[in-house]
Amino acid sequence: MNEPQIEFRHVTKVFPGVRALEDVSFSVARGSIRGLVGENGAGKSTLLKILSGAYQPTEGEIHIGGKRRNYNNTLGAIASGVAVIYQELHLVPDLSVAENLFLGHLPHHSGILKSRELYAKARDLLAQLGEDINPRARVRRLPIAQRQMVEIAKALSRGANTIAFDEPTSSLSGREIQKLFEIIRGLKLQGKAVLYVTHRMEEIFELCDSVTVLRDGRHIETFEDMREVTQDILVNRMVGRNIENIFNYHARERGEAALEVTGIAGKGLSKPATFKVHKGEILGIFGLVGAGRTELLKLIYGAVPPDEGTVRLLGRNIIFRHPRQAIRHGVMLCPEDRKAEGIFPVRSVMENLNISARRKNGFLIYEKWEQYNAEKRVEDFNIRTPSLKQLILNLSGGNQQKVILGRWLSENVKVILLDEPTRGIDIGAKSEIYSIMYRLAKEGIAIVMVSSDLPEALGVCDRLMVMRDGEISGYLERGEFDSQKAMNLALPVQRNEGVA
Amino acid sequence: MMAVFVALFILCSFTIDGFLSAANMEGLTLAVSTIGIVACTMLFCLASGDFDLSVGSVLACSGVLSALVTVTTGSVVIGALAGVCIGGLVGLFNGIVIAFFRINALITTLATMQIVRGLALLFADGKSIFVPNPRFCALGTGNIAGVPVPVLILVVFFIFFGLLLGRTVFGRNTLAIGGNKEAAHLAGIRVRFYKIMIFSMQGVVAGFAGVILASRMEIGDPKVGVSFELQVISACVLGGVSLTGGVGSMIYVVSGVLIMGTVENAMNLTNVPTFWQYVVRGGILLTAVLFDQFRQNPGALRNVLKSFKRKPQM
Repeated sequence: MNEPQIEFRHVTKVFPGVRALEDVSFSVARGSIRGLVGENGAGKSTLLKILSGAYQPTEGEIHIGGKRRNYNNTLGAIASGVAVIYQELHLVPDLSVAENLFLGHLPHHSGILKSRELYAKARDLLAQLGEDINPRARVRRLPIAQRQMVEIAKALSRGANTIAFDEPTSSLSGREIQKLFEIIRGLKLQGKAVLYVTHRMEEIFELCDSVTVLRDGRHIETFEDMREVTQDILVNRMVGRNIENIFNYHARERGEAALEVTGIAGKGLSKPATFKVHKGEILGIFGLVGAGRTELLKLIYGAVPPDEGTVRLLGRNIIFRHPRQAIRHGVMLCPEDRKAEGIFPVRSVMENLNISARRKNGFLIYEKWEQYNAEKRVEDFNIRTPSLKQLILNLSGGNQQKVILGRWLSENVKVILLDEPTRGIDIGAKSEIYSIMYRLAKEGIAIVMVSSDLPEALGVCDRLMVMRDGEISGYLERGEFDSQKAMNLALPVQRNEGVA
Repeated sequence: MMAVFVALFILCSFTIDGFLSAANMEGLTLAVSTIGIVACTMLFCLASGDFDLSVGSVLACSGVLSALVTVTTGSVVIGALAGVCIGGLVGLFNGIVIAFFRINALITTLATMQIVRGLALLFADGKSIFVPNPRFCALGTGNIAGVPVPVLILVVFFIFFGLLLGRTVFGRNTLAIGGNKEAAHLAGIRVRFYKIMIFSMQGVVAGFAGVILASRMEIGDPKVGVSFELQVISACVLGGVSLTGGVGSMIYVVSGVLIMGTVENAMNLTNVPTFWQYVVRGGILLTAVLFDQFRQNPGALRNVLKSFKRKPQM
C-alpha cells in the first residue's frame, strides 16, 4: 500500500442550522483512485470545498503529502498541490486556452507577457494529455468535454498531486467519458491521488480502486477492495434504509383533465409540445439536462412567453404571458434553481412565504394575516426554522424548498409545476416533500414534476413523460415503469454508441 | 447607525458652542433637506438593486425650468408643476430604458445625467434665472410654527416613503426585486413595471426637490447640484443601505442623512477649512461602511487581519 496523499482527520463543518460534516476521517493513497459516493446532501461537496480551501473546517485537520495543511483560501490549496475540478468549470470564457491554463502564473518578463513561451508550454501540456486543442482558441468556443480537459491540464500545470473530480461526466457523451477515464488512469500511473465524486454507480466499479460512502455528513464506510462490494451494498450504505420506503407511493384516483397543453412552442423546444395532466395526478417529466423540460414549464407558466399554442385550464382556454397571470389562475411554478430563481436570500422566512400571496389593509400590508399565514405554513409543512424572522439563506436546502412550496399554497392552487423539487436536499426532507405532493394530489391538485433522478421519477409519479432534445419522446404508465425504457427514450440517439 | 448619530449629536452639543442653538438647528436641518428628500426615493432605487446618477442634473434642470416658467407665465403653480414634470419625464425615460432595453442603470443614468445637465444649461442659456416673485419663494423660505417648510416636507417624506417601503406591497416587492430579480419575476411580480415606477418616482421627487431648492435660493441655477447624486448615495450608504439591493429601511436613510448633516455643520462651526472637509467626508463614509460590514460579520475583520499577517502556506 502506498503512503497516503490526502488524509482527512475528524473533519467537522457546521453551517448555521446544519451540520454538513460530522467527524469525517479517511485517507487516499498516492497512485490510487478513490470513489466518493453519497446521496445529495451527504456532504460530498462540502468536503470538496474544504479540500479546495473554499471552506474552512469547523473542527479537524487535513494532511496533504504527510504534512498538516491549514490553508484558508484556494490559493493555499493550489500551493499545497490540490486541484478540484468542479461540475461547473472555472474557466474564463473569453480568454484563450493557454491563458486559462497559466492564469495566475503567466510567463512574463518584467510584466510583459511572453506569448511565444505561453503558447509553446500550453501546447506541450495539452499534448501530454493526448489532447488536440488549439491553445489559441477562446474557451467559449470549445465543447464541454474539451473545456474539462483544459481544466485538468490547468491542474497539472500547477503541479497538482491531489486531484478531485466532482461529477465530471454529467454532461459528457459515452466516448468522451471513456477518454476522461483514460486520462484519470494516466494520472494514477503518475502517482497522483484522485478523489472521484459521482452519482453513477457503474463508473465507480469501472474506474475506482476503492470507495468511501458518506451519509448525512458522516463517514459510513470505506471499501478498500472493490471485489468486496456490490452495487446493492453501496446503495444500501448510501441510503441507510430501503429505497422503496422513501417514496412511499400509493395510488390515487385520477380526475378530469386539469391542464391540457396543445402545441405549445417557444424558446428551448424543438417541436411544439402537447400533453395533459389530470386532477389528482402526479405527472413526471424525465429527461437529460438540456432536454427542454425546464423550458416547457416556463412556457406554460408564462415566465417565457410562448410563440404559439394553447393551454386549457379546467376547460378554459388561456395562455399566460406573465407569471402573474398564471398565479392568478392557480398555476404555480417552483423553479429548478432554488438559489437563483426561488428564494429571496436576504429576506425573512415570513417574507419569503408571503411574497406571492399578500393581504392588504388599505394602503398597508395586513401584517397580522401574514404572520398567521406564515405560522400556518411552517407548521403544516414542518419547516424547521428558529423563527419566522430568520433569513431564509440560513435554512437548509430542504427547508428552503418547503418555504417555496408553502409560498404557493397560500393561494387557490389548481396546478403545480415542480422543477427538480428535491435537488440538493437530504433524504429526510425529500421524503417529506413527496408526502406533501401526495397530500396535495389527493386534494385534487394536478402536479407536474420535472426530475433528473430516475429512481425518484419512477418512485413518485403516476405517469412519466420523457423528453429528448427539446421534444416529447414518449410516455410510460405506472404499470409499465422500467428504468431501461425511460433511459432509452431520454438518451439522444447518437449518444447510445459507446456508452459503457 | 442611529446610535452613532445620537452619540455624535450629544458629543457636538457638549463640545461645540452654539451647536444646539435654534438658529443652528434650523440651518442644519435646512442644509440636509434637499439631500434627505431625494434620498427617500434613492432608497427605493438602491433597494431594488439599481441607482440613479441623474438626480443632481434633474435638480438643476427642474429648478431652472420652474424659474423660467414662473417668470414667463407669472404663475407659481404652473412653474412648480413644470419642474416636477420634467423630473418625472427624465425618471420615466430612465425607467423605460432600464426596464425594456435592459441597459445597465449606471450607464443609463450616467447618460441622462449629462443630457439633463445640458438641457438645464440650454434652457437657462448658461445663466442663473432670478425670480422676482415672493410667492415663488414661499415654498423654500416660509415656515410653519417656526419650522422651515422644506424641513416639514422632509419629515413628511421620511414618514410616507418609510411606510411605503416597509409596510406596503409596493415596498416589499421592491426589496424582493433587489434581493433576487429572477425569483421576483417567477413569483409573479411585474419587475419592469416596478423599475419604471421606481425611477419615475425618483424623477418626480428629484424634480420637486429642485423646485424647493430654486425657491429657497430665489433663482434657478443650471450649475447647482454637481455631484449631488453622489452625496445622496453616500448618505444612504452611510446609514447602512446595501448597494447590492434587497436590504434597506428608512431608518438607515434618516440616520445617514442626519450624520452627514451633523458632521458638515460641526465642521463649519469649528472652521475646518473647506479643502479638509472633503477629506473628512470621504473618510467618514469609508469608516462607516467598514464599521457596518464588521458589525454584521465579525468574522470578516479577523479574516482580513489574518490575511495581512500571514502569507498563504507554500
